Amino acid sequence: MTPLKERLVQLEVLRYNPDTDTEAHFQRYEVMCQEEWVVLDALNKIKADIDPTLNYRWSCHMAVCGSCGMMINGEPKLSCHAFLRSYEGVIRVEPLAHFPVERDLVTAPDDFMEKLKRIKPYIIPKEKKPISEGEYKQTPAQLMKFRQYSMCINCMLCYAACPQYGLTPDFIGPAALTLAHRYNLDSRDGGRKERQEVVATHEGVWECTFVGACSEVCPAHVDPASALQQMKITSSIDWIVEHLVPGGKS
Amino acid sequence: MAKSHKPVVWFPFAAGGTVIAFCIPVIILLTFLAALGHVPPGLSYEKLHAFAASGIGKLVLFGVIALSAWSSAHRLRCTCYDFGLRADTLVATVLYVAAIVGSIAAALFLMRI
Amino acid sequence: MSRRPLVRECPPTTWYFRQPRYLRYMSREITSIFIGAYCVLLVVGLQRLAAGPAAWEGFLTALKSPASIVFQFLCLVAAVYHAATWFNATQKAMPIQIGEDFVPGNLISGAHYAAWAVLSLVVLFLAGVF
Repeated sequence: MTPLKERLVQLEVLRYNPDTDTEAHFQRYEVMCQEEWVVLDALNKIKADIDPTLNYRWSCHMAVCGSCGMMINGEPKLSCHAFLRSYEGVIRVEPLAHFPVERDLVTAPDDFMEKLKRIKPYIIPKEKKPISEGEYKQTPAQLMKFRQYSMCINCMLCYAACPQYGLTPDFIGPAALTLAHRYNLDSRDGGRKERQEVVATHEGVWECTFVGACSEVCPAHVDPASALQQMKITSSIDWIVEHLVPGGKS
Repeated sequence: MAKSHKPVVWFPFAAGGTVIAFCIPVIILLTFLAALGHVPPGLSYEKLHAFAASGIGKLVLFGVIALSAWSSAHRLRCTCYDFGLRADTLVATVLYVAAIVGSIAAALFLMRI
Repeated sequence: MSRRPLVRECPPTTWYFRQPRYLRYMSREITSIFIGAYCVLLVVGLQRLAAGPAAWEGFLTALKSPASIVFQFLCLVAAVYHAATWFNATQKAMPIQIGEDFVPGNLISGAHYAAWAVLSLVVLFLAGVF
């Protein structure tokens, strides 16, 4: 059997202990890795063999759970999706940008969780009907209308990439707004006007300047940038109807 | 938080951005050719004056200038913020007023033609 | 267990140096300075046109200065870059669904490029360039 190729990899990892530190510092690790490994594998080896005090989140190791987001050489990536073979030299690993650091590579996602809830991420039926009347039906075409926007894995890479979120933390942000769009486009939903109370505010879509970084880093190909641009257009049409059309109600 | 009135400035920005994209490059090309010494016949006083004197000419010239000016002003406002200049109300006022003044000036000059 | 999260500031004046895509974004945004300045040139041109043939000839002569040539070249580059980024972005804002499929985004952008080319050629023809 041919031996698997190995490679000595150097990682420069941000360390922060909230009990003892006031600032972060970097710690360099050298670890022997298999050629086909991802950064997460290297971190796991470090934790197992070198430094058990290193903290980071991970779960599925296949880019579907959204747990292992971090900055790898300054780029927001899922560490299970960042192949060592793509990198040369020392690999810099930092916690996801624009979020407070709890400990080492673990960030506090509280702001994101709160914003997800704020946009009402659930079906608000157009017409309520009792269970006895059966299910809400939907054609494949109606599903396709919003399906792309339902693929978000809440990994927060888009928030780390978005400079407007970095500069203006009040910004509701790509993933939350895209989720609102997902429900707005759902044929079973009638809650768009309700969500507009959040979406059409200054910290809603209007903070976005279409940098497009969010869509570039999204591992699930959700394309949040497109959702936000579409909502800018519908919000503008709403405004015209509300303010310029006689009898146009909000 | 109340719904924003951003559409008031964003809608003309979007329209203007489209106008800039479609029309401005070829217009620059025309004046650029003139600058290089090959004045296109359409840029001669007689031809351009005749175009600007017509109703459609006035509409086209005003529309292109007004929308392009507004779109540039709005984008420049956002760019100033991106560069760290945080006095947004002041920047917005200066830039939007400049765009409006430019558009009014264009209208006045067109009416003299 | 104490909870003292570390907050890392996003530097308001230098954040765009952190990733190449941010620099590309800023380049796109900066085109607005050139387009805005060119609009000033157009308004001045209108004033000269309204002031009579002599004033217009003066305007055309002023266009021939080296500074004006450099300025207009930069404006042309900026305008083309704006147009390209704008047309590439439009496909995101206007998804066209036919049945269960979507019209490919490149087709939508491509249609814009085609319309842009046709319009530009028509204008150049009407201006007597060819």
